[in-house]
Amino acid sequence: MAQAQTPSAIAAPRSPYARRKTTRGNFELYSWVFMRASGVVLLVLVFGHLFVNLMVGEGVHAIDFAFVGGKWSSPFWQVWDLLMLWLAMFHGTNGVRTVVNDYAQRDSTRGVLKSLLYLASAIVVILGTLVIFTFNPCPPGAPAELLPSICFPN
Amino acid sequence: MTAVLENPATESPKPEVGAVPSFEVTLRIRRYNPESEHGEESTWDEFTVTAHGTDRVLDALHMIKWEQDGSLTFRRSCAHGVCGSDAMRINGRNRLACKTLLKDVNPDKPITVEPIKGLPVVKDLVVDMEPFFASYREIMPFLITSGNEPTRERLQSAEDRERFDDTTKCILCAACTSSCPVFWTDGQYFGPAAIVNAHRFIFDSRDEGATQRLEILNDKEGVWRCRTTFNCTEACPRGIEVTKAIQEVKRAMITRAF
Repeated sequence: MAQAQTPSAIAAPRSPYARRKTTRGNFELYSWVFMRASGVVLLVLVFGHLFVNLMVGEGVHAIDFAFVGGKWSSPFWQVWDLLMLWLAMFHGTNGVRTVVNDYAQRDSTRGVLKSLLYLASAIVVILGTLVIFTFNPCPPGAPAELLPSICFPN
Repeated sequence: MTAVLENPATESPKPEVGAVPSFEVTLRIRRYNPESEHGEESTWDEFTVTAHGTDRVLDALHMIKWEQDGSLTFRRSCAHGVCGSDAMRINGRNRLACKTLLKDVNPDKPITVEPIKGLPVVKDLVVDMEPFFASYREIMPFLITSGNEPTRERLQSAEDRERFDDTTKCILCAACTSSCPVFWTDGQYFGPAAIVNAHRFIFDSRDEGATQRLEILNDKEGVWRCRTTFNCTEACPRGIEVTKAIQEVKRAMITRAF
């Protein structure tokens, strides 16, 4: 015979739903392709970055203000770091966006989480871009031994 | 050499020749009946039946319904793995009750039987399949052609037929869609079954509606929500390579877009 057990923590199973509306468009397609493409490019950028910073020459011990200042006075490294920043941020933000879409069950939760996400990544991207372009490797009044050699042209 | 029985003394009551050994098995079934005293709450019921090695989970459910509790409700039609009515969550995995032998799901411990996840439960193991079929209808699961009807069959080469052979096997049991964690979240995702049935026509050389179907599935809730967790491929009682089919539809969309 059936022995009815006390229900512990089983959610009420009836929750009807229907597809709300069609949301066709190429956005998710492009986002999917972007994740793959940026992932491959980031592999090159990140490991190139790590190799140059940590292994070439004196390696990790060479990193100081002068090292970074010297690197960012070259347009090549500016573009490299800018690409790395933007791709990493958009790749990561897009990844977290899909995680939020998958796990948030209510639209309001989803909206709040995604707003916070976009705000945070916008701050990082804008601040980072600003630093890369407005960085002054030779701040006036700084002690000379901390500055890169390019600050002393003669 | 002749085979010798090792311990003839321990064999007390000689079993009948050809008899199938029987064993006791307990089924732990998730019940839901809003008209009962439990109301909107679902409960677990345990039933013990005597089963044989040849019995399937469906046979045990029949024994319970016919001999112990007539109120136990589940769906089944053909009872032989063709109609796709009795998909349920057995020991945490989606399977067809009519294709799962009790001895294959460890009858030493209670076997849990639940309705498939993600679809609204109507009663006990019966779920409302309507959202599932709505997605299926959306991808237009019928032949789309233009021009005059031919006066004979639409012939197709064996290679062209082979291209979509795997996805013709679908029986719409919803085991795949209701095993998909993305579908569980809010049920907005089209689900593997709808994509498999779109695949069946998209890659059919006689069909001319591929563009429309790709358009429909190129949706926020379409193929791009697939995270390739392979739950669907594992759940499919027909052995369809569901995730592969979804990836092929994705590829068709990308080659179309670029």
